This record gives sequence, structure tokens and C-alpha cells, in this order.
Amino acid sequence: MAKEYTFHDMTRRRLLGAAGMGGLSLLTAPAFAQRMIDLHATGGPGTRPLTDDFPQKRAMVLQRTSPPWLETPFDTFDKGVFTPNDQHFVSWHWADFPSEPDLDSYRLTVRGHVNQPLSLTIHEILNDFPRIELAAVAQCAGNSRIYMQPRVAGAQWANGSMSNALWTGIPLKAVLDRAGVKAGALQVRFGGMDKVILPESPAFLKSIDIDHARDGEVMLAFGMNGEQLPLLNGFPLKLVVPGWCAVYWIKMLSDIEVLDQPDTNYWTARGYRLPNTPFGNVKPGDSNFKLIPVTRNVPRSFITNIRSGDTIKTGAPTEARGIAFGGDCGVAKVDLSLDGGKNWLPTQLGKDEGKYSFRQWQTRFALPARGDYDLMIRCTNTKGEAQPAFPIWNPAGYMSNTIETTHVSAA
Amino acid sequence: MLRGVLFPLALSVTLLLPLAGSAKPITDLKSLKLDVPAPDQMFPDGPGADAINANCLVCHSEDHVMNQPTLTKEGWEEVVEKMIKAYKAPISEEDASAIVDYLVRIKGKK
Ligand code: HEC
Repeated sequence: MAKEYTFHDMTRRRLLGAAGMGGLSLLTAPAFAQRMIDLHATGGPGTRPLTDDFPQKRAMVLQRTSPPWLETPFDTFDKGVFTPNDQHFVSWHWADFPSEPDLDSYRLTVRGHVNQPLSLTIHEILNDFPRIELAAVAQCAGNSRIYMQPRVAGAQWANGSMSNALWTGIPLKAVLDRAGVKAGALQVRFGGMDKVILPESPAFLKSIDIDHARDGEVMLAFGMNGEQLPLLNGFPLKLVVPGWCAVYWIKMLSDIEVLDQPDTNYWTARGYRLPNTPFGNVKPGDSNFKLIPVTRNVPRSFITNIRSGDTIKTGAPTEARGIAFGGDCGVAKVDLSLDGGKNWLPTQLGKDEGKYSFRQWQTRFALPARGDYDLMIRCTNTKGEAQPAFPIWNPAGYMSNTIETTHVSAA
Repeated sequence: MLRGVLFPLALSVTLLLPLAGSAKPITDLKSLKLDVPAPDQMFPDGPGADAINANCLVCHSEDHVMNQPTLTKEGWEEVVEKMIKAYKAPISEEDASAIVDYLVRIKGKK
């Protein structure tokens, strides 16, 4: 308990200290210092401040001040399938990124194993290429890590390091075609305007295979829900890799390098590794597995209008709704169980905004008698993959997609 | 055992947020001049606080460490070793062991 007290106390002091730094912060400091959110985690601090202190963001769950880790508060997901830009989650690896990126001097370089290296201005990016638009969920590979048992180190995300947006941009393929990819190209590596703090540290770079890069869907996005990107989500340009973990979605994208050798940089070759087992699941202490890179998303679903601990009127028609996504393909169906997974009942799916988007589901149910119930929600994607019922665990806390359970009682 | 009853229900369109400004195509980007909060919080006082303040606030803020779960001594040793090997934090052996002791004291798992 003493630990908890210290945590609250410190947080308040620090945030009040930080409030002196900008006009925005001063306006909101007195209110946000008091607002804490309970993530219902055990084995470590379970509460976080809700902060208005970051530019273009409001009421974000403060996981880390610097480099910013800001989580979307869960109630946002009940309001619609598109996450508002000012509540789209934020995650940076290195703190040194520009807070005033200069658009006049900005250039996107395309280099490496190409016939014609490019150096593109914002004007050229906006005007010289075909545009595409698609809805896609950005989700950190470590989303829901705070709920893994036993707990593991890393960003202590609850369920809010995921957000959905309608992205506007240009196909990466069009840019690569203009540069002319040479035969023998293997991968394409992406880097942003963020810089390492110490010169020896590994710059944050990620690569994807050349065929993936040229699939016509991977895009360079300058628009997010019809607006330019918020700074913290990667203004002015962000790589969008639909259906893949957000670690690939390089922010403040400034460099594209076509490689004819496999990428050996830390973040591609060694970081973000998951056991090569079904669902990436292993037992704590096990070590007889191979590690593979995290890549595509897997199906997930959530109830957004009923919380654990809620009381529901016995026999009364009750609405349940929420969101689901298929991972790297669409949602085929979402089923609800009222009895801890013994029986499953279909739900109705909302408007299809595209296979990479959140999709709303909704139904009505009644709890037949007084007592405790475990409501469960399960997404099956269009490849036939369903969320598993067992708790997923791995040493780095990646790719959790266990069926979510909401404990309620009928009275 | 328990059987729930499901009622069909038309999906309410009102749940979907309208997309702000999606009607107008983006023709230009506007420059941003923003303040991103800089952290100034130090670790709680106690033996080893100097070592952790000197070595563990270079790349990320104190709340990053304080929000971690409790870990075993081996768990904290692995973390500190990863900072040195993977991210190239220049930490002396002496400081590293003082930091592990500090973390075990304030965030150790029995
Ligand atoms: C050279 C920069 C640097 C220094 C110095 C540094 N860290 Fe880190 N730390 C990182 C990076 C990068 C990550 C990866 C997560 C991220 O992107 O922020 C990380 C992650 C972590 C994590 C999460 C575990 C994980 O594997 O991601 C913990 C805990 C942590 N650091 C603690 C510490 C402690 C304690 C110290 C002091 C001994 C320290 N760090 C010093 C860069 C650094």
C-alpha cells in the first residue's frame, strides 16, 4: 500500500512540474492531476493518470512521459469504430523527435538498391502520386501485456494500445516504382525523424519483404480520419502496414532504403521476438522454442458497454456491444457466451469498413436467473482463425488475443 | 447449464462517429509548433538512488520504470543487462549492481 501511495504522490508532483512547460498544459493541469484510471492489474501499479498534457491529445492513459506512451482510454472504443485522432494511442522508442518538423526542408529519401534515388518534398508526395484510402487498426504487439500472468517487463499496456483510423496516403508501390527497384532486392527498410539518444544505440528502423512492400496496400499516410496526422502519431508522414503490428508503422517517415541483403539492424533482426508456437504461447521457464519476429495481427474482440463488476437486471433484455477485428483479414463472426464459454450465441455485425478495420458487433441477451455470470466474446476471422480460450503467455508479452471475459452478476 | 436468450436488434447507426472532415481532400499540410512534455521526475530516495538517477533517466522517464510490475532479482538483472547490451547504455558493473539492488528493494517480487 505504501508503494501505491508513493506512486500517486510522485505522479502528481511530476505532472505539476511538467505543466509549466507549455500553454496547453497550464490550462488543464489542475483537473488532470487528480484524474487516475484503474487498469485492474495485479502484481504492480494498477492505476495511471489520465492526461491532457500532450499536444493534440486529450484524456490519454499516461503509461510513460518520455518517450511518450499514451494509451487510448477503453471507453473510447464504445463510441464507434474509428478512434478520434486526439485519442489515438501513441508509442515512441526514442525521445529525440522534432516537435516542430519543418515542412519546407522535409524530404522523403528513397535509396539503396534502386535505379533512381528519390528525394521527395511534401508537395510531391501530396500531388504526384495516386491516392489510396483504407481503414486499418494500429495495434502495438504488446497490447494487453499488463494482463499477462506472470507479469513481464515492457510497456504496461492495458487494452488500449490499439486504435483504428481511416488512412489517406499514397501506395508505397508507386513510390518504389518511380525509384525503380533493381533485381535482387530483398527487403525495404524504413526510418523516421526520431534520433537515438546515445550514438551507439540502435536507430529505430523496421523492414518488410520487397513483395509485401509492393502489394499496393502498404502506404505512406499523410491523412488520418480526414485530417493531417497529429504530431505524436507521426506527422507529416507515417508508414501504414495494414494488418501488421504497429511497430512496423514508422512515424515521421523520412527514409526508405531498398536492401539486397537481409536487414541486420537490432529492431528487425533481434527485437520484437515471439515464440514459434501456436498463439506464441509458452510456459514460464520454458526455453526450448525458437523465436520469430512479430508480424501480422491476430483476431480480437471486446465488449465495450459492460464492465466486470456490473450488475444486470435478471431477465431483462440487455444490450451488449463492442468491437472486433480479424487481424490481417476480415471478421467472419463474433460470438457471445453467457456461461463462461460453454455455449456460444451469434451477434450481429455492424457496417464493414474494410477488412483491416474495427468492426462493431451487437446483440441483446437476458440473464435467466440471479447469480454470477462470465460473459465472453470471441472473434473468428475470415481465415477461420478464432481467439483461444487459454491465457497466452510469452516472455516479452506479445500478441495476446485470449478470449476476453467480463464478470457480471444478475440481480 | 445456463442458457441465455438472445434478441435480435438492429444495429444503431448513431454509435458510429462521423469522420471529421473526411469529405474534403487534403491538399496541403500545416506546420506544427508544439510542446511535448519533458520529464523532470527523479527516482524515490534510498540506497542506489544516485546510480539509478544517473543511468536510467537518459533514455526514458522515471514513470517508465515505476510502472513496471514487481520482478524477481533475476528479472531485474535481465532488464539492466538488456539496457547495456541491446540499447548500449554505458553502465559500470558497480552501478548496475547498485541499480538491481535498488529495484529489488522498491519493486522486487518475493
Ligand atoms: C540507451 C538508452 C537506455 C538507457 C540508458 C536505459 N534504457 Fe531502458 N529501455 C530503452 C529502450 C529503447 C527500451 C525499449 C522500450 C522502448 O521502446 O522504450 C527500454 C526498455 C526498458 C524496460 C522495459 C523492458 C523491455 O525489455 O522493453 C525497462 C524495465 C527498462 N528499460 C529499465 C531501464 C533501467 C532500469 C535502466 C537503467 C539501468 C534503463 N532502462 C536504461 C533504452 C534505455
